[in-house]
Amino acid sequence: MAYDLKMRVWRGDSRGGDLTDYTVSVEEGEVVLDAIHRLQATQAGDLAVRWNCKAGKCGSCSAEINGRPRLMCMTRLADFHQAETITVTPMRTFPVIRDLVTDVSFNYEKAEQLPSFAPGPPDADGKRRMMQSDVERGQEFRKCIECFLCQDVCHVVRDHEENKPAFAGPRFFLRYAELDMHPLDTNDRRALAQGAAGLGMCNITKCCTEVCPENIKITDNAIIPMKERVVDRKYDPVVWLGSKIFRRDRREEV
Amino acid sequence: MSTGVHHGERARISGRTLREDRWWLSPLVTFVVFSAFVVYATWRAFSGEHYYASPYLSPFYSPCMGAQCVEGSADFGRPFSWFPYSPALIILVIPLGFRMTCYYYRKAYYRAFWLSPPACAVAEPHSKYTGERRFPLILQNGHRWALIASALIALVLTYDVILAFRNAEHEWGHMGLGTLVLLVNVVLIWLYTLSCHSCRHLIGGRLRHFSKHPVRYRAWTWVSRLNRDHPKYAWLSLFSVALADLYVYLLSTGAITDVRFF
Ligand code: SF4
Ligand code: SF4
Ligand code: FES
Ligand code: FES
Repeated sequence: MAYDLKMRVWRGDSRGGDLTDYTVSVEEGEVVLDAIHRLQATQAGDLAVRWNCKAGKCGSCSAEINGRPRLMCMTRLADFHQAETITVTPMRTFPVIRDLVTDVSFNYEKAEQLPSFAPGPPDADGKRRMMQSDVERGQEFRKCIECFLCQDVCHVVRDHEENKPAFAGPRFFLRYAELDMHPLDTNDRRALAQGAAGLGMCNITKCCTEVCPENIKITDNAIIPMKERVVDRKYDPVVWLGSKIFRRDRREEV
Repeated sequence: MSTGVHHGERARISGRTLREDRWWLSPLVTFVVFSAFVVYATWRAFSGEHYYASPYLSPFYSPCMGAQCVEGSADFGRPFSWFPYSPALIILVIPLGFRMTCYYYRKAYYRAFWLSPPACAVAEPHSKYTGERRFPLILQNGHRWALIASALIALVLTYDVILAFRNAEHEWGHMGLGTLVLLVNVVLIWLYTLSCHSCRHLIGGRLRHFSKHPVRYRAWTWVSRLNRDHPKYAWLSLFSVALADLYVYLLSTGAITDVRFF
């Protein structure tokens, strides 16, 4: 059954813009991205929108729907009343390019600053081995589709532009945690996570977890464990003493 | 505000949020309930009376170790006999420190009291934000010490439950509604304590090779399961500890009499 959907879509660029009202004919069972595509096809041919898979897997269609950071392709129209106006804006944490498209380079710069996986020498037969329980632990983190909705919602940078240089953001805390839990990795990134990446700026208010479309428990399973690991490294005299006496944990600090 | 969502390069949208749902409800409830608890606990801790109704000792006053402890309440002697104020003040700093540095309570009060942020995608009112990097918030990193101290208190509260299987004359083999109240409270306190994120870390989360430590891995799996409900236990144990204290208070003032089972 088709019906007329009232939409407000942000149109503009870095010089300015506004919420513009539209009425779009949609079908039951469609998602917000369908409505945006129909709008583009029938009324606003120059509407800029980034998308790719329409299956919640590429992480391109991130936007804010009724003020909440979400994937447009995974937000069902059925979640709203048919009479309700749906407001779609670009992510409000990154510089806008045009309409719904933002410049997310911030995230790629942060990715570059993160020292990558550094495995030790392989076993004698040239292979590297991991046990299943160790593999499983990082699996949750590798579900990340890099939609950057967590980066968008995080108040540390969303509400404070000046924090951007000193804060890597939840998506990268996920990566720090994954590497720090990796049994084959030889680097110690804990001081770096606390220092350059700004883990201490996160106040674990969990908005990243709330918006993650992959349902990764970013705060509980990555950020808090990483904070605890930083305490081991920097603030816990007992662990420090233990590591000196027993010469445990001889990773190379980066 | 030129920073944050109104920063120059970002999409120009007036308003701190476009959310239309009742995002303010959850922080408001947290604010009201936590404030009520703080007011109640402050009154009870400073009052220094009506915390013992034999055989029950209020969890706010356990272990009772000050000079003022009434007859029968000081099960561990009075090592703080030089302390002239309410004996609750000696011990309450430990659970208070534990809850103040708890990862879940931090989330709750940063949102509800400090509005940092009040809710997701709702701009916070502060013009500056430095997180937990500086004094005093850097002290949050000491949560594990508060955990260990609090676990000792939980042991004492468990001992109190055992003592509650007596009657008012301290004869064993009895049970009343008060015993049940203290028992439920101590179970919730243990669930809260064991589901703690620092506990999860210390028990096994800090390892890099789960496969090399199968026992700790099992323990970690178990604590992880509890940990998922940590916020729930935080709330339930907050209520239960206040109710347990209230029950003892009402008994001690004579407002009610204990229901004795046997
Ligand atoms: S939990 Fe930390 S990283 Fe995640 S949104 Fe909140 S402040 Fe940002
Ligand atoms: S962690 Fe979740 S919200 Fe963040 S980028 Fe990855 S998939 Fe998106
Ligand atoms: S279009 Fe790929 S995630 Fe939405
Ligand atoms: S008690 Fe809540 S995280 Fe430790």
